[in-house]
Formats: sequence, C-alpha cells, structure tokens
Amino acid sequence: MTLTRTTTGELTRAPRLGLPSWVFLPAALGGLFVALPLVAMLTRVDWARFGALISSDSSRAALALSLRTSVASTLLCVLFGVPMALVLARTSFRGQSVVRSLVLLPLVLPPVVGGIALLYTFGRRGLLGHTIEVLGLQIAFSTTAVVMAQTFVALPFLVVSLEGALRTGGQRFEEIAATLGASPTRVFLRVTLPLVAPGLASGAVLAFARALGEFGATITFAGSLQGVTRTLPLEIYLQRETDPQAAVALSLLLVAISVLVIGLTKRARWAL
Amino acid sequence: MTRRLAAMTAVASLSLVFGTSACAGSSGSSASSGSGSSTSGSAAVTGELTVFAAASLKKTFTSIGAAFAKAHPGARVMFSFAGSSDLVAQLQQGATADVFASADTANMAKAVRDSLTAAPPVAFATNTLEIAVPPDNPAKVTALADLAKPGVKVVLCAPVVPCGSAAAKVEAAAGIRIRPVSEEQSVTDVLGKVSSGEADAGLVYVTDVKAAGSTVHGVPFADSSRVVNTYPIAPLKSSRNAALAQAFVDAVTGELGQRVLATAGFGKAP
Repeated sequence: MTLTRTTTGELTRAPRLGLPSWVFLPAALGGLFVALPLVAMLTRVDWARFGALISSDSSRAALALSLRTSVASTLLCVLFGVPMALVLARTSFRGQSVVRSLVLLPLVLPPVVGGIALLYTFGRRGLLGHTIEVLGLQIAFSTTAVVMAQTFVALPFLVVSLEGALRTGGQRFEEIAATLGASPTRVFLRVTLPLVAPGLASGAVLAFARALGEFGATITFAGSLQGVTRTLPLEIYLQRETDPQAAVALSLLLVAISVLVIGLTKRARWAL
Repeated sequence: MTRRLAAMTAVASLSLVFGTSACAGSSGSSASSGSGSSTSGSAAVTGELTVFAAASLKKTFTSIGAAFAKAHPGARVMFSFAGSSDLVAQLQQGATADVFASADTANMAKAVRDSLTAAPPVAFATNTLEIAVPPDNPAKVTALADLAKPGVKVVLCAPVVPCGSAAAKVEAAAGIRIRPVSEEQSVTDVLGKVSSGEADAGLVYVTDVKAAGSTVHGVPFADSSRVVNTYPIAPLKSSRNAALAQAFVDAVTGELGQRVLATAGFGKAP
C-alpha cells in the first residue's frame, strides 16, 4: 500500500485505479454481440466445398477486382488525403469547421447516397459527365467508377486518422526545422511525414479496408459486371440469391482479409 | 444491490435490442404471431394478416390489400415486399406469414418442397419482358436486335435473379447475344440505370415500364411472348388464421384482384 502526503500534510491512501466490476458484464455481452455472428457464419461454411467455392471463376474475378481497385483507391486517398489533413490540421481559416464536416460527410452518409451523388456528378448525364465524355473518357460502368466510389467513402478515414496524428504530434519539431532554415517542403518531407508515418500507415490501411468492403456506392454508381465492376461484396450479394453456400464462403474470405488488414495496422504502428 | 441492478438493466436493454432486431429481421413475423386474431375464438375473417409478396407486386398488392381491408372490416393486411428468393429464404428460416406470392414458379416450388404452403399454389398473373429506354431513346432502340449492337449500353438483371434468367431465355429464343455493361441485382436497379440515362436500354417486365410512368419508355418486341413468367400464390402453414389467409388468396385470384393486376399490365394466369 502506498502512502502519500497531501498538501495539508495528512497521510492518505493513494487512490487505487480500477474498473467498477459491473462494467465487465455489458462489455462481455457487447463483445459477444460482435463475435457471435461471425462464429455463426463459421458454423455454416461448407468446408468440403470451401476451396471450390472461393476459387470459382466469378469468385476469383471478384476478389482480384476488389484487391486491384482497393489498392488504387487507397493510393488516391493518400494522394488527396495527406494534403487535406495537412490543411485541416495546420491552418486555420474562416469556415474551417464547415469544410471539415464536409470532408467527413461520407463517413456518416449511407453509401448508396454517395453513389447517387457520384452518379449525378460523373454519370453520363451528370454535372461533369458530358465534359468527361467529350474528352473521350467513359466512367459509367467502368472499373474507374468502382475506384471513384471506393475513394469517395474511404477518403475521410485517411483524413481523420492523419489529422489526429498531426494534431497530437504538434508543431515543435517543424518550428525548429524552419528556424534552422529548412523550406516548407523540406520540413514536410523530412520532419512532418516521418513523425506521422504511423498515423498515415494506419489511415491508409483503414481506407483500404473500407474500400474493400464498399458496396452501396459501387452498385449505385458503377453497376455490376463480372471482372469489370463486380467486386467481392457485390458478388456475395448476388450469390446470396441462388447459392447461399458460395455467399457464406466468400463472406468468410472477406472477413479473413479484413482481419489480416487490421492486423497489419497494428504491425505498421509498431514497426514505424 | 447497485451491481445487481446494473446487470439486470444491461440484460434487459440487451434483450430489448435483440428482441427488436429479431422483429425487424423477419419483417412482420411478430404481427401474425403476436396478433390477437386467435383470441376471437372463431376463424372469422378478421384480424391481422401478413403477406409476403414479390417486389414487383408492390403497387398492385398494396391496392388489393386496401380494398380487401375495406371489404373485411376488422381485417388488417401487412405486406413484406422483397425478392421472391429472399422471401422464401426468410420463410425457410422460420419467419411466420399467412400468404406467399412469388414472382416465379421456381421460388414457390421451394416453398412447396419444404412444406411451407397450406394449399397447392394457384397461378394468378403472368408477366413478360419489355425493352425499357430513356424517354428520348438516345441509342434509337426499336427492336430486340438493337440491344446486341456494339456501342449500345444495355443493362440486364444478373442471370441468377428471375428477371435475368427470363432475359437469358429471351436472348436464346431470339438467337441474339446481348453484352450488357452491367448485370444488376433486380428489376428496379435496371430501371434506375435506364431512367437516369446511364444506360441506353434495359430488359424489364411490362409492368415495371408501366409503373415507371414517364421516366422510361417501353419498346415491345415480338419474342417477348415466348418467355412468360407465371406468378403463383398460396396460403402458408405458419398462418394462425387460415380463413383470413384463404380469403386474401381468393381476393387476389378473384375479380377485384384480377382487375387491379390487369390495369397494372399483368397478363392473365395460364
């Protein structure tokens, strides 16, 4: 038992930090609520056919497309999200809170709403659709549309985690570097970026995971065609109609990939 | 004391969450099981009725239901509209309903095979495919063969959903090969892509074109009559009010229902 002296000189027992014991029950129930459906899914997997189910032509095409598009949209998220997070974290201007809310909006919007918004912007008859078609680009029903839908919903994940990292990191080292004569670009590349690298890595992994699971915006904006726009979540939703076994097997595959990705975030945080 | 109270509150709130979510999942199942229809004692044509019906029946069944409730004061009809295969899956997993109306015979066959039906299904309507184009018809589609032309952006239902298998049969019957830019999940998804002008054409049911009003334009084609979709309806074993369930089936197959269905563009049952 530790005894400490208070300012008035009395000896008192140091407060023992602990959790009220009643929190464990709801915590455990909440955990079960998340874990149990996954276990239930495991019990429904047809293990004898599992390999065949996840390696069918349509499954392989969907998985390959999902991985390809998610990598592409993660790169776009980094490309746009890093400057966005910098501006939000390092500057202050009128209406900044409004801008931040707008950036975060896709986090709370139903993805199908995002899909509709994209459709009315980049669709054939959308705001920019005609201009884009004149330029000879076809976005509707293309893999590009999938990447755009995924980027739209995943971007805030990267911006939020990176902005948080930038704010907690503070500007002390940046100020010192600037005093020593480093240009803003040099400060950014040699000081800021290395400092927030773990935040950037976990933000990128989160964005990747979100892109991988994207469904609503994709089906609304991009359509669904094997090898072109039908990503893994779309394939699962389609298979569910006729072959529930294939849908369960593919769901498990998606869960496994997601767990792997989340595991990577932790690793990235430690490694960097 | 406080500990026990907290635990009880947690369990109570959790059971509330699970309880309500279970209800939402089987949309309306609690209505028939929890209704007071059995308390009336006799199997009178009153009480609550839950009808599981194919999504394409939404408009017609809603108005049939309203007319039915008017004709049978004391009866309340509730609907769960979804894809036929979804509805069968829900019934197979224990959802309780009084009547099931499917958009194709294949899904009704599943219900019959699993002994979910209380009486043999009755065909009550048919539907055929039609080409839907945006009102200004940008690709100048006038015949089914136009859909196979390169450069025409066609959207179909995926072959695994009923409207998609019907489309595949039409293609085979007409001897053409359509290369869609997208295979959608349902008829409504196809309609959406066409009415928004994203696609130049789509294959949907005659009734969908009619229901869509001026947002799409219908192009009939000769081979459509070679692929006819039949809609069957049957009362279900899980019904707690067999008389009411049968009365609704009769309303659909009877004069009232047939008139509403015909107005919407459905064909007569074979």
